[in-house]
Amino acid sequence: MAELAIALSGINKSFGPVHANRDINLEVQRGTIHGIIGENGAGKSTLMSILYGFYQADSGEIRVNGKPVSIKTPNDAIAAGIGMVHQHFMLVENFTVLENIILGAEGEPLLNKSIAKARSELARLEREYGLEVDPDALIEELPVGLQQRVEILKALYRGADILILDEPTGVLTPAEADHLFRILKQLKEQGKTVILITHKLREIMAITDNVSVMRQGTMVATRETKGTTVEELAELMVGRRVLLRVQKGEANPGEVKLSVRNLTVRDSRKVTMVDDVSFDIRAGEIVGIAGVAGNGQSELIEAIAGTRRAVSGTVMLDGKPIDVTGTADPGELRDRGLAHVPEDRHHVGLVLAFEEAENSILGYQDKPQYLNGPFLNLKAIEDDARAKIQAYDIRPTNPHLRTANFSGGNQQKIVLAREIEQDPGVLVVGQPTRGVDVGAIEFIHKRLIAMRDAGKAVLVISVELDEIRSLSDRILVMFAGRIVGERGPEATEGELGLLMAGVEHKEAAE
Amino acid sequence: MDFLNALVLILDSTIRLSVPLLLACLAGLYSERAGVFDIGLEGKMLAGAFAGAAGAAVTGSAWLGLLCGILVSVGMALVHGFASITHRGNQIVSGVAINFIAAGSTIILGQAWFQQGGRTPALGAAQRFEAIELPGAAALRDVPLIGQIYSELISGHSLLTYFAFLMVPFTWWVLYRTRFGLRLRAVGENPAAVDTAGVSVAWLRYRAVICTGILTGIAGCYLSMVQNAGFVKDMTAGKGFIALAALIFAKWKPVNAMFACLLFGFLDAASIRLQGTPIMGVRVPVQLMQALPYILTVILLAGFIGKAIPPRAGGVPYVKER
Repeated sequence: MAELAIALSGINKSFGPVHANRDINLEVQRGTIHGIIGENGAGKSTLMSILYGFYQADSGEIRVNGKPVSIKTPNDAIAAGIGMVHQHFMLVENFTVLENIILGAEGEPLLNKSIAKARSELARLEREYGLEVDPDALIEELPVGLQQRVEILKALYRGADILILDEPTGVLTPAEADHLFRILKQLKEQGKTVILITHKLREIMAITDNVSVMRQGTMVATRETKGTTVEELAELMVGRRVLLRVQKGEANPGEVKLSVRNLTVRDSRKVTMVDDVSFDIRAGEIVGIAGVAGNGQSELIEAIAGTRRAVSGTVMLDGKPIDVTGTADPGELRDRGLAHVPEDRHHVGLVLAFEEAENSILGYQDKPQYLNGPFLNLKAIEDDARAKIQAYDIRPTNPHLRTANFSGGNQQKIVLAREIEQDPGVLVVGQPTRGVDVGAIEFIHKRLIAMRDAGKAVLVISVELDEIRSLSDRILVMFAGRIVGERGPEATEGELGLLMAGVEHKEAAE
Repeated sequence: MDFLNALVLILDSTIRLSVPLLLACLAGLYSERAGVFDIGLEGKMLAGAFAGAAGAAVTGSAWLGLLCGILVSVGMALVHGFASITHRGNQIVSGVAINFIAAGSTIILGQAWFQQGGRTPALGAAQRFEAIELPGAAALRDVPLIGQIYSELISGHSLLTYFAFLMVPFTWWVLYRTRFGLRLRAVGENPAAVDTAGVSVAWLRYRAVICTGILTGIAGCYLSMVQNAGFVKDMTAGKGFIALAALIFAKWKPVNAMFACLLFGFLDAASIRLQGTPIMGVRVPVQLMQALPYILTVILLAGFIGKAIPPRAGGVPYVKER
């Protein structure tokens, strides 16, 4: 048995009435990659924040390399040899790589010496771990994959032996993720211990040695990765059997519902984000748009949904034009049967300070069934909300609760229920399951497929390639504002990944 | 020669008028670079001016007066820090409150202590910072151009003036060449990065607002102990806000800040100089000339600075995530 790098015993942590970590025990062997998997809100991040000194446990003991340690601040964690790569990078964007790396570990009051020292140390780390990055580049000019590398270097520069990575692949392309995994394996070979927090089962199977599963604040199991399966882990996470890939029949496409021609959209900085894009969506099919975040997908659906002006191009809904370059607005489009589930439910999809019932009709509040003369018919709205809560299994079930108090998955269901229940002909969905846990993902996917089977046209954009592949009847890949390829749902991940990275750009354009 | 003389005179008063702006502007730079917006520069400067003049009048020493000015201004900066760092209050509201407190309390306290209608007693030579003659200024006075520039423009200012201009390279050095400066800039851009690096966000921001307090205190003392001989109510007359405008104009950079303040100082000096002088045969109303620096401020800020990107975490209290 290898030595233990980390041993947690009896960790408890509550935030008010929420018991985020309940009597957690965890052992991580030195020199291994240890996965921690669980749904959103299962307590993974809380546990790691305790280990990194962001929070303090209410009770419990932390041992690092066999010795009990008290970790009260990130400084204590760093001193104990623990480094963390956060999900949202903790980098100063307009600083150089070097400046970011020495921040907080400068050593002396004047920078000249510490920068020189960091430069040579960085060169050594680059050689040892194959982590090349230009030390004088500004962070904001680096692609995300390299920014993440800087985060790893930051931890190594501080002498970390134990590296915690929180959802590291969420922002990466498949190729970047592969590269990260190679780096992690190399770190392991050099004797470092890696803790990988994720909700993606595939990653766990791909690179971890051991995996621990968390559910609702408790540690439910630890398995050797070789001896477990994706199905078992999913079941442990959710507490019941889950369908990882939704079952669906053949698509039965009908007439064209939405037709996009030569659409060009610029963002607020006048950068062309959508460049001459054309495609059709037919009744009874789901079209998925794959792409790494920031390649124009967001602007595309915003233009179609009337929340962003297009520069040129035409969009036809049921054969009649939408004035996307002029006066199209979401209200008009809703009336014409085009519903939109925005990517960012917190800022665009919902008013978090509103009651659940208010959000569940927002945008449709002028429909006669919600009105009583000039006033809102509160009774009707509440009944409507209760019906949706029932049908979509939204929890908690109180329509008067502030929307901010619902979990991500339930908030997403509130938005979906609102849009789907108006029975639109075309549904445009951005990131249907971002920040949504496995159980709710299954539910949402089933609903979208039910829409399709009811003869609606569904357009989905998502940065989760798995989601696109399992939902779509046709997959369009966007890169740098253009549609660089169309594939069927049988396309392999590697094939789509290359398209998403723009590798086959030339061939695809032919 | 006449023109040259006039120009040197205008430039000389440009320097004098720029000093309080420059000190206040650099003061704001420390605070805002650390992510704490400060529209209370005006109030702190006013309080510093009052405390400096009052302290000098009572103790008879310019240096003790300066110390009083700095202490009172730092005290008010700490109130702003306590409200906006410790209690995560709204920084604008806190800054406005400080401006009101300073405007009101200086008059009340002045009247209570000195009974001169809110003024402090006129300060004598020992209670002020007098002009310093640089070595050789008298000897060079008659050398054309160079001598004139040296003796009129560069020599003959108070210690605080030289201090203000030396603060420009010093601030640059602190910001870009020291650990404190690196952390200060980082905390204004992404406090979470500083926090996860194991550095206290609150303590860093407190140190920044203390720097602000020291400099606004000195700026105030310059007004009441160098430019004037005593405190007069509302003597800052919006300089704190002009300094804030200069800070934005300078994109939060120290050397730019100096040029921005010199520009505003020059506009001010020119408008004073041109009062009553017909321009191209037209008599321009005094009020219009007086308003000119402010009008130009608006025009410059609106049209000429391009995109000024403030420190990204500016104005936002730091709350640990999750």
